[in-house]
Amino acid sequence: MIPAAFEYVAPASVEEALAALAEHGDDAKIIAGGQSLLPVLRMRLNAPEWVIDLGRIASLRGVRDGGDHLAIGAMTTHHDVGQDPLVHEHALLISKAITHLADAQVRHRGTFGGALAHADPAGDLGAPALALDATFVVQGPGGTREVPAADFFVDLFETAISDDEILTEVRVPKYDGWGAAYEKFVRIAHQWPIVAVAATVRMEGDTIAEARIGLTNMGSTPVRARAAEAALVGVPATEEGIAGAAALAADGTNPPSDLNGDADYRRHLATVLTRRAVLTAAGRG
Amino acid sequence: MTATQEPTRGEIGRDRRRKEDQRLITGRTRWTDNITLPGMLHLAMVRSPFPHARITSIDTEAAKAAPNVVAVFTGADLGEGQGACINAWPVVPDQVTPAHLPMPTDRVAFAGETVAVVVARSAAEARDAAELVEVDYDELPAALDLKESADNKVLAHPDLGTNVSAVWRFDSAEAGTGGDVEQAIAEARENGIVIEREYRQQRLIPAFMEPRSTVVDPTGEQITVWSATQVPHILRFAIAATTGVPESKIRVIAPDVGGGFGGKLQQTPEEMITFAVARKLGKPVKFTETRSESLLTAHHGRDQWQRLTLAATKDGHVTGLKVDLLADLGAYVAIVGGGVPVLGAFMFNAIYKFPAYQFQTTNVLTNKTWTDAYRGAGRPEATFAIERLMDELAHELGKDPLKVREMNWIKHEEFPFTTVAGLEYDSGNYEAATARAKEMFGYDALRAEQAERRARGDRVQLGIGVSTFTEMCGLAPSRVLGSLNYGAGGWEHAEVRMLATGKVEVVTGASAHGQGHETAFSQIVADRLGVPFEDVEVLHGDTQISHKGLDTYGSRSLVVGGEALVRAVDKVIEKARPVAAHLLEASADDLEFADGRFTVRGTDSGVAITEVATAVFAAHNLPDGVEASIDSEATYDPVNFNYPHGTHLCAVEIDTETGQVRMRKYACCDDIGNVINPLIVSGQVHGGLVQGIAQALWEEAVYDDNGTLVTGSFVDYLLPTAADTISFELDHTTSPATTNSLGTKGVGEAGTIASTPAVVNAVVDALRPYGVHDVAMPCTPERVWRAINSGGPGGETTQAAAPHFDESEGAAQ
Repeated sequence: MIPAAFEYVAPASVEEALAALAEHGDDAKIIAGGQSLLPVLRMRLNAPEWVIDLGRIASLRGVRDGGDHLAIGAMTTHHDVGQDPLVHEHALLISKAITHLADAQVRHRGTFGGALAHADPAGDLGAPALALDATFVVQGPGGTREVPAADFFVDLFETAISDDEILTEVRVPKYDGWGAAYEKFVRIAHQWPIVAVAATVRMEGDTIAEARIGLTNMGSTPVRARAAEAALVGVPATEEGIAGAAALAADGTNPPSDLNGDADYRRHLATVLTRRAVLTAAGRG
Repeated sequence: MTATQEPTRGEIGRDRRRKEDQRLITGRTRWTDNITLPGMLHLAMVRSPFPHARITSIDTEAAKAAPNVVAVFTGADLGEGQGACINAWPVVPDQVTPAHLPMPTDRVAFAGETVAVVVARSAAEARDAAELVEVDYDELPAALDLKESADNKVLAHPDLGTNVSAVWRFDSAEAGTGGDVEQAIAEARENGIVIEREYRQQRLIPAFMEPRSTVVDPTGEQITVWSATQVPHILRFAIAATTGVPESKIRVIAPDVGGGFGGKLQQTPEEMITFAVARKLGKPVKFTETRSESLLTAHHGRDQWQRLTLAATKDGHVTGLKVDLLADLGAYVAIVGGGVPVLGAFMFNAIYKFPAYQFQTTNVLTNKTWTDAYRGAGRPEATFAIERLMDELAHELGKDPLKVREMNWIKHEEFPFTTVAGLEYDSGNYEAATARAKEMFGYDALRAEQAERRARGDRVQLGIGVSTFTEMCGLAPSRVLGSLNYGAGGWEHAEVRMLATGKVEVVTGASAHGQGHETAFSQIVADRLGVPFEDVEVLHGDTQISHKGLDTYGSRSLVVGGEALVRAVDKVIEKARPVAAHLLEASADDLEFADGRFTVRGTDSGVAITEVATAVFAAHNLPDGVEASIDSEATYDPVNFNYPHGTHLCAVEIDTETGQVRMRKYACCDDIGNVINPLIVSGQVHGGLVQGIAQALWEEAVYDDNGTLVTGSFVDYLLPTAADTISFELDHTTSPATTNSLGTKGVGEAGTIASTPAVVNAVVDALRPYGVHDVAMPCTPERVWRAINSGGPGGETTQAAAPHFDESEGAAQ
């Protein structure tokens, strides 16, 4: 488990990091918390000549209140995001998802932006980010641009970030008062989810007024369960009321088949977990 | 020099914390990979990606030219000097055993087999250069599926002409230990019950914590081998026997070893290659495997198909059992190899009085990683089969599964009991252990809850699983091993050295790799010799210190090694007696020995054995003709196996919507005879339970159709952690063994043997209302869900892993 030799640079600013990236191009990999890249290097699945470490760029860390949104620095650790009171207040779904993310060691090293940029469809943050319509701030040689979540996830391990760009911040609109739940289905505790459902709902009395649902590991990218979301509007937050809408959760998905389950089983799980997640998010679980 | 310490009383049975734990847990100790010698070189292996292929050429030039590379060797380069990996147990005289060179010269027989070794000044440079070795292969068809391989559809070793290594059979009618099983089955078909089932023992990976590592230093008079092994003595023998290096010129040291579970009961190709390279270069070398290499190439376990026929009367008395196994040996016959299913042969009849029994195993070669002993070795497979069948019989009869077991088991007053497999069980009390387990479990209340959940169609169904077990452990009486064609004996050796300062050194031939021998053996010696626990030092695992031994496996260390130790201690006392008598100016016949002191009967005159040791050291005043040593050794060959037993009860909750299985309660009552250290026993049982539960629910080594191990990392080979288990409720009944002085029975494998069928029986029990009578292991949520929806056992797993670590693209940040 010894990586191939590589050169290492730890720039102090985003500009320096971009310069290093421009200089080394295809020969470079960016490392954030390293929780995905280090295993890749150690198993020699990849052998970049340069590793550019964002760990010393202080400006990429922290959560701040951006008025109508929260701005989460890309290098903020999962632990710090999960513990942040602003996140708990305005984007409860993210707090909920992080409690299930990997294990304590990984949460203390892994970063919010790193995990999203890695774009593993089984990662726990893609579905919440998509469900919440987060905006991804990406900086490159020509300045910064904003990418909506719907456009950010392109394919398996592929995002809208160009080779010469760095993800610097994730902006999450505020969902004050929305209930949230992350239902993660695993065989053992430290496993990636076989399927997970991120659900957040706004209630009006006993009725669901709005629902947003993201699905983890139900395709090559995180996906929205839009049919289910639409069907949930105006239904009573009871198991019977939700069941019909939840049954639509897997519509249009193309989940993988692997050791942990075939696609049909995953579709079935998505409907069950959606029903449970929505019920919990509605405070009735 | 005459000061005596108050001896500690009653060490045996005391919850001593393990004296070895501080160094093991903090890591401030010597593991093999910690060892760094002057001028030491490092190895990296080049391994075959194909399960079966001809090696057409190996180009090592680029690797040899890489920075700080000292040499690159292929199998042809090392030639005969590399020795061979031996099979110690040819189970039949005409066993088909492929030659096993540590590094083959012309053909690879499994994916992961070593084809070249790179030697460099650092481990990183060796690993870098290994990628530069160019190997050309001609792929050959691979024998992968066990059943197809048994039919010789594709040959794992074409030159052998068959994949069937051996067919080993036991028949109670032929052996004179019971009746004719075919007749019993025929009668049951006419007028009774016949249960026919086929069960799969999936392939498992021992997954010990410390990867294997070997350091070989050829620079002294002896060649010193440090290795993360369970079997330093056996390794020394095997190296000497196959390389021509005199045994006396080889010193093998197993320093602290981080777990084995049978997985380090092997003479590995990597050890042999490291030895060969060190000799060739005349320099110390080290090889430490990566976790991926460990999962891929360290031997695997289990992997059987079991075809079973149980005959019974209409009221549930079993009249016969017929067992027909297919056992996957993998690419080579490992050191125990085909003996693993044979170890199970005597255990399918378990705790029961079956009148007729037949067992046959067909041992099959395939192009997969070789298999060998894994915690329980043969006995978990047997226990699983019979305990699943007893539940099936109970279901057929509509009776409580514990009731059906009770109808068939050996009653406590019937011990000693000779079984239909020909073993004599010395002691046990199945009634008592079962009664206690039921009480701890709350059996009746859980049955009531189960009925209630069923009645209201609850989404979460409750299942209750029963497993009783016994095992033959304490390997093993040498004569029995000889009659089974095993290549060695089963004795164990111990030595007790009385030091001048009153301390005691104990040398054992058992080789601890996590069991706690240092603590338990210290307790035994402290009690028997009457010295403080802290004053006993246990030495092991170095053939120059422990010159004689047969190492640790098969729950043998205490029941065989402990008995050797007891006998060595008793010899010390007897050797000390005439010296004590001389010092006390009394007759030896008038001396009593208790609590570490010889006293003259009827007086307060006495001398401590540690004082005798000091006097013997000085040798100023010894009786005439007495040698100046009371040190003693003993070699003990057991007269019988050792038969712990227990009753395990498991409750699971099954989410019928998702198929998820959650442990609700687990209670077990084991009878392991007298207990030396209850804390160590609890640790063994807890760990054993988790390992057995893991076979039932989580672990499986999966190969794809190309012969690639899909579960090649802990991402896909699912090892549970504490987060996945519950607190177990443990207790013991005590039927002391009658075949050793301490009355102890083995416990190292007990939990693993009993828990697997308890869990699967619980899963099946929960699903009976859905028409389910089997769920394949591991009982994954998907399989359970499919079973609920189809009534079948849950089907095949897709042989593909999720890609979590991206190979080329993305993986940024």
